[in-house]
Amino acid sequence: MKDAPSGQVVGVDVGGTFTDLVMLDQADGTVRLAKVPSTMDNQAFGVLAALDEAEANYPNLDLIIHGTTTTTNAVLERKLSKTGLITTQGFRDILELGRRTRPQAYGMTGSFTPVIPRDLRLEVAERMDAAGDVVTPLDEAGVRAAAETLLAVGCESVVVHFLHAYANPDHEKRAAEIVTSIWPNDHVTMGHALLSESREFERGVTAAVNASVQPLLERYIGRLTDELSGQGYGGEVLVMNGNGGMVSAKDVAREAAKTVMSGPASGVMAAAYTGRQAGITNLLTYDMGGTSTDVALIMGAEPAVSNEIEVEYAMPIHVPMVDVRTVGAGGGSIARVNAGGLLEVGPESAGAHPGPICYGRGGDLPTISDANLLLGRLNPAGFKSLDASSATGQVTEIFERELGAPLGLDVTAAAAAVIRIANTKMAGAIRMVSLSLGMDPRDFALFAFGGAGPLHAVSLAREMGVPRVVIPCRPGITNALGCVVADLRHDFVNTVNRSLENVDMDQVHDIFAAQTEEGERLIAKEPVEVRDVKRLYSVDMQFVGQTHLLRVNLPDAEPSREDLRRLFEEAYFNRFRVELENIHANLVNVNTSVIGQRAEMDLSTLIDPAGRKSDVAAAETGHRTVVFDDGPYDTPVFWRDYMPINMEISGPAIIEQMDCTTLVEPGDVARGDAGGNIIIEVGGL
Amino acid sequence: MNLDPITLSVIQAGLQQVCDEMDLSFSRAAFSPVIAEANDRSDGIYAADDGSLIAQGAQGLPVFVGTMQYSTRTLIQMIAEGRAPAPKPDDIYIVNDPYLGGTHLMDVRFARPFYRNGEIFCWLSNTGHWPDTGGSVPGGFSASATAVEQEGLRLPPVRLFKEGKLDEEIFSIISSNIRVADQRIGDVKAQAAALMVGEDRLNLLMDRYGDETVTAAIAELRIRASAQMRAFISEIPDGTYPSTAYVDSDGVVNEPLKINLAITKARDELTFNFDGSSPPCMGPMNSVLATTLSSVYLAMRHIFPEVPISAGAFEPLNVIRPEGTFLDAVYPRPVSGCAAEVSQRIAEAVFAALAKALPNRVTAAPAGTSGNFALGGHDPARARDYVMYQISGGGYGGNADHDGLANGCSTIGISKAPPVEIMEQAFPVLYRKYALREGSGGAGQRRGGFGLEYDVELRRGEARASFVMDHGRFGPQGALGGADGAPNHVTVWQNGEPYTPVHLSKEQDIPLTPGDRVHVCTPGGGGYGDPFARDPEAVLEDVRLERYTVSQAREMFGVVLSGSPVAVDFSQTDRLRVEGANQSPAD
Repeated sequence: MKDAPSGQVVGVDVGGTFTDLVMLDQADGTVRLAKVPSTMDNQAFGVLAALDEAEANYPNLDLIIHGTTTTTNAVLERKLSKTGLITTQGFRDILELGRRTRPQAYGMTGSFTPVIPRDLRLEVAERMDAAGDVVTPLDEAGVRAAAETLLAVGCESVVVHFLHAYANPDHEKRAAEIVTSIWPNDHVTMGHALLSESREFERGVTAAVNASVQPLLERYIGRLTDELSGQGYGGEVLVMNGNGGMVSAKDVAREAAKTVMSGPASGVMAAAYTGRQAGITNLLTYDMGGTSTDVALIMGAEPAVSNEIEVEYAMPIHVPMVDVRTVGAGGGSIARVNAGGLLEVGPESAGAHPGPICYGRGGDLPTISDANLLLGRLNPAGFKSLDASSATGQVTEIFERELGAPLGLDVTAAAAAVIRIANTKMAGAIRMVSLSLGMDPRDFALFAFGGAGPLHAVSLAREMGVPRVVIPCRPGITNALGCVVADLRHDFVNTVNRSLENVDMDQVHDIFAAQTEEGERLIAKEPVEVRDVKRLYSVDMQFVGQTHLLRVNLPDAEPSREDLRRLFEEAYFNRFRVELENIHANLVNVNTSVIGQRAEMDLSTLIDPAGRKSDVAAAETGHRTVVFDDGPYDTPVFWRDYMPINMEISGPAIIEQMDCTTLVEPGDVARGDAGGNIIIEVGGL
Repeated sequence: MNLDPITLSVIQAGLQQVCDEMDLSFSRAAFSPVIAEANDRSDGIYAADDGSLIAQGAQGLPVFVGTMQYSTRTLIQMIAEGRAPAPKPDDIYIVNDPYLGGTHLMDVRFARPFYRNGEIFCWLSNTGHWPDTGGSVPGGFSASATAVEQEGLRLPPVRLFKEGKLDEEIFSIISSNIRVADQRIGDVKAQAAALMVGEDRLNLLMDRYGDETVTAAIAELRIRASAQMRAFISEIPDGTYPSTAYVDSDGVVNEPLKINLAITKARDELTFNFDGSSPPCMGPMNSVLATTLSSVYLAMRHIFPEVPISAGAFEPLNVIRPEGTFLDAVYPRPVSGCAAEVSQRIAEAVFAALAKALPNRVTAAPAGTSGNFALGGHDPARARDYVMYQISGGGYGGNADHDGLANGCSTIGISKAPPVEIMEQAFPVLYRKYALREGSGGAGQRRGGFGLEYDVELRRGEARASFVMDHGRFGPQGALGGADGAPNHVTVWQNGEPYTPVHLSKEQDIPLTPGDRVHVCTPGGGGYGDPFARDPEAVLEDVRLERYTVSQAREMFGVVLSGSPVAVDFSQTDRLRVEGANQSPAD
């Protein structure tokens, strides 16, 4: 651990559209922000542009923490490095066969592209059985020949993935040794290396994703660090992982798969941090963008983490990741009247291109954003690409034709219907996410961010019975903030899989101790100041005969057998309202998370304190008519940056800021807190 | 009552949410992996007067899309006629009788009356596939049963929960007659708890919008769903569209069973006529009426997934009751194969009939079998008996947009197959191969998807292998000139000698000793459109990926490949394709 730094810490997150930056001066606590267009061909240019916009003084920067979509995009678009697979004889198609499913319940169509194509998947003789005993010895010459073949056809990285390697990795290790001896770089991934668990498809895809994004990530991070040092930067670059932790740039490529989905994870980390400071530690995060909405659950200021994320159809990446679920709707979701005369919203989206009509990029189908515009919820002057009156005129015309006429509604009522239905469906989807994690949404506050989140949040909260909504200072740059405030985090999972009465409790305690020690060692190694080290212990359990697991959080690392039984049964009853007296429990996984908490940051400085006015009336910039569920209201419009930090207003109100618009509905009360957040008490519950 | 369009859509979403939450609750709490992992269950809301479907969970197993309203309807009728006990609040009925609106015995239905102001407003029902309900073989899929009694315990509708309390006496009869009974109490409680979740959520919805509004919305939504389905049907040109599809055999008599279908489109309705289909069969490949109807509905939902599941959507679909055929089985015909196999062949007949009418929506035939291989035996190393099930996928049909998907799940299911590693942990077997079945996709402009090939060896102890599969005699049908996919193929290697089941895809209790192997090739999907119209480069790519051989490229697609690395010989290809086109008689 280093001495307390005095320089500046930069969090920079590259999203699909914008690269966002938060720069914190640790000496005086001041903050600078930047938002520039992302440069997808080489994300480093966007990063530099953001640093320039923030007027960064490179030599004075202490630490840069970076969230990147390099690996996510590569996986989703299958723009992957040429990667080979060496696998057990008879099993080269595992990556392509999947688990025999289809993309959707109804409709016998769809297609699937495996991560590694069939001609680059080679087999060698070898076999372990499920107990880890050798059935067929490893054909070492065959491994060497396979590696040479893959090299000859131009593979840049390679996966060695053998059946049952989680039970006995000897063959995988020996084969990797042989491959490494002739492979020109470090890009050799063993199947069991990232997560040693059974299930050959999931483990294999995880390893294949890792190998096939490694060279891309390494090149990108290399370019970025070169560019930064060229500008005089001499500090560390840390890269965000999907579990909300971070890792040094020089090590990141080794476990590159862990960076997939790191963007959404850092947003959730920012939410957890913000909530902790605000004293609101149970949060449902709601990040609504143009095409989709991400939802996650935070309990006791800790985001739920899962090892079983599927990033798209048949694309499981089984490393610990913040459990972020994507639900259908975004600002670009399209509304239509179906053949039965019913109004539907989504799942089709106008996306970023052509986007909603009001973006003026050629979109000609009614979307959620357009409906918000018609209802006065969005400011027509906010769409720079079109002049305000013609944008509204075109939207009106299309709503009239596509929705109003077939439904027998006027344009305003049609727009209100679109929003109402979109909100009902989003609320239902968020509720399902919460329930599937075993939680009642009413026990949470809704943390809204993303460009469109704060516009819909109170309505969704009311629909779900959620009493409070939290709008952070800068909803549009939450991911970058997550980079600045995220903790160091290491998650460990060991599989025990025994009935509780046969578990050796000493062994369980030993596992917890070993996991803790390893986590502490890794954190001590990082060149980052840590305020405190926190350890979280949990087990995954089930009743004998069940397949689903229930996570049981433990108060310490030395639970007794009786503690485990009691805590599991309590958790089970709370979840399912079912008591099962005569069935025994299984202990499946033993988990530890070791978390290094970083220095505190005063979040209220994200809005320049000097710009705030002394009373709320001075923050009012005008009035406009806004249509709510029960009709139009003449609604005051406030500029967020002018509002006093301890402001209080009653709805209806519109609060505008550079990166989003917040809607406060009639009956709601919004208050500022010390962290600069707006806390909205939802009326009518 | 006049309903505004917003309220209507919002109540529609609300009813759907109630059902989805019941589905979720059931799966998460269930013990049986068939329910918890494979989602072989469904939950819904049904009308008080006739059981017609109001809403059903979006992630329910497709084969239950139409059965549950018949199950609930039959229960309501039996109560009205005094043949079943009258309900009280918090009662839950249990029934698994296939002939009372069901599928097979393993699909156990629960139904709970939902009261508002002292009257039954609707029924909440669910179905869950229990791993066993007794009978001659574990799991209930006996390929050689000739009467329903051999398939398991048959329950008429009785109140398993009386005013909220489990009737221990009824439950003790059930648990005394089924295998692995000690875990079933967990499934019973999960299934009942799901209905309680539904009750809570539906009460909230009705409190919020008012009983009158919800009642009016339900009626209106039914009309709208019907209108939506009718609008889609109107796209089909008037006329009669015939098709046939075959089940290999019934498992007892080695003769194919014929499904003869004629779909007639007139105005905005479709009529499904199964005249000319085979009579009831000896073995378990009979279908009860509810399953036959449900198979038609699920096929139509695969074609028009936009239409929500509701009785209104089924209204324009007139299925003439196929009396006297194996598609309308009555007691005591054995029926274990109806939900998993016959249903898929009915769906195939619907696809085959409508492919010409709706070429952009209908695919060529998918593999259409659940590929059930059961291995029962004794593991001496663990000193215990076991039953292992290997279900497997097959190729999907080519279609207007894509080649067919490889190794897709059954038409009527949505479940994942178990990983090889999990199977080998649990059972004394070793898989020698688990691979894409090369060459199996039916040729077409868009080819069929590939089936699965696996080869599994018994390591210890004695065991018996049983198969309930299909498409062994005929491959899945091609469409619009596409070729059929490769048929299912089973070989059992006993002491180094190959044995092919007499019924090809069905046989029971084939004895195995250590070192014996079971080799299964599942069907490829049917091809879509003229194979000679397939882009030669796409054929080359398939050959490069070793999905077809060079000679298959020539024979199946009329594409000549030569050289090293192989490349398309365009002039030879053109010549071969012209010759081929001239040889086949024009129609």
